[in-house]
Amino acid sequence: MKIINCPINGPRPAQEFHYGGQFREMPDPDAVSDDQWADYIFNRNGEPGIKREWWYHLPSGTWFVAERDNCSDRFLRTYLYKQESSP
Amino acid sequence: MFRAPERLKDEYDVVIIGGGGHGLAAAYYLAKNHGITDVAVLEKAYLGGGGTGRNTAIIRSNYLTSEGVRFYNRSVELFRDLSRELDFNLFYSERGHFTLAHSTSSLNTMRWRAEVNKHLGVDSKIVGREFIQQSIPEMDLDCGGHQAPVYGALFHPPGAIARHDAVAWGYARGADRSGAEIHQQTTVTDIEVREGEVAGVHTDKGFIKTKKVLSAVAGWTTYVTKMVGLRTPLVIHPLQAFVTEPLKPWLNHIVVSASLHLYVSQSSRGELVAGASLDPQELISMRSSLDFAESLCGHLADMFPMVGSTNILRQWAGLCDMTPDFSPIMGKTSIKGFYIDAGWGTWGFKATPVSGETMAATVATDQQHELIVPFALDRFRRFQLVGEKGAASVGH
Repeated sequence: MKIINCPINGPRPAQEFHYGGQFREMPDPDAVSDDQWADYIFNRNGEPGIKREWWYHLPSGTWFVAERDNCSDRFLRTYLYKQESSP
Repeated sequence: MFRAPERLKDEYDVVIIGGGGHGLAAAYYLAKNHGITDVAVLEKAYLGGGGTGRNTAIIRSNYLTSEGVRFYNRSVELFRDLSRELDFNLFYSERGHFTLAHSTSSLNTMRWRAEVNKHLGVDSKIVGREFIQQSIPEMDLDCGGHQAPVYGALFHPPGAIARHDAVAWGYARGADRSGAEIHQQTTVTDIEVREGEVAGVHTDKGFIKTKKVLSAVAGWTTYVTKMVGLRTPLVIHPLQAFVTEPLKPWLNHIVVSASLHLYVSQSSRGELVAGASLDPQELISMRSSLDFAESLCGHLADMFPMVGSTNILRQWAGLCDMTPDFSPIMGKTSIKGFYIDAGWGTWGFKATPVSGETMAATVATDQQHELIVPFALDRFRRFQLVGEKGAASVGH
């Protein structure tokens, strides 16, 4: 069984988690051009590599950030948003 | 069946990356419709080993948008005559295609699809439970009480299946006979772009000079766009499928249930070919999972209890390059001489002939073919998406 480490609840079965998409910083809508805004809305980094992503632990309602290799499906690290340095 | 040229030439008029159905069809139509035969098709592994050989071989044109219906209907037209044209048996077999509705809201979307289809001359209609049961006596329309019952269906009589490998091989032979070179076991490592124009292609067998490159690699597109620094909305998800052991012929139709994440047909060899929905997270890997097999078996047995003791023969995954609007990304790009044929998600096989034809025209004339104008990459910059809710794997 595949195990994912929830930053709040520890190691739990993958079935308890939901993928929430790539982690991206939103630019200031008033400061960017239309092209830059469209790029933020639609374009993604679909290249192979280690990605920062949003994940959700369903039973506890926890949103967190995961660093995952999108070729091997290995989770390298999980942490709460803006608490990257915490263990 | 086709030549295996010993070495690459120093220069070609057109280099096509990807020896799947789309790339080979483009090579074929470049020669047939435009007289361009100085073409190299580069394939890193073997012909038709990517999406072409990993789909469930369904061909249909009952989409939702007028752009999609026109495009896929041209593909059906080409498919119908393709065995004769290529002088190669593609086992093209019209079965009739049912998309089942398990809710009133999904029946409403189907009514909408049926009206768009009829308006554009595509044979497509809503049918009730009696019609479905008569056509497929083996189906349990109440799904054993485990799922919402079937309310009705969108029925598309021209829906067909074909031998997918044969489509790649037929186009390969046609392209080869007209002079194109097919190089298997040849990997593109980089693309040379000078001052916004394509100058050549680096491969593991040396550099090739060319002014025109067509990327037709579907699930591997993000590797190629990285080489030229092109940003796209593409993300890759695997889609899994399996075949069962061969059974006597009993299922003539193609059956799709979006609610049950199930599509199934019976091949000419008697195997049930069944697929599900995309794996939820982005993943560039063709691994299979037990989760998938387990859930698909459950849904298959809910709908067809008689297959409960049938064994699975083979299970596999293909890479789907998904777009946010479920329409492909085709044609010219901001880089002169770099043409893209991507975003094939879960709808690429059925588009093989029409994508070959329209991409060949676009590459030959450097003008976006009329049928693929709506599918240009810059539609996202213009916020002009083509929301194709008729695509497989889209919940209704």
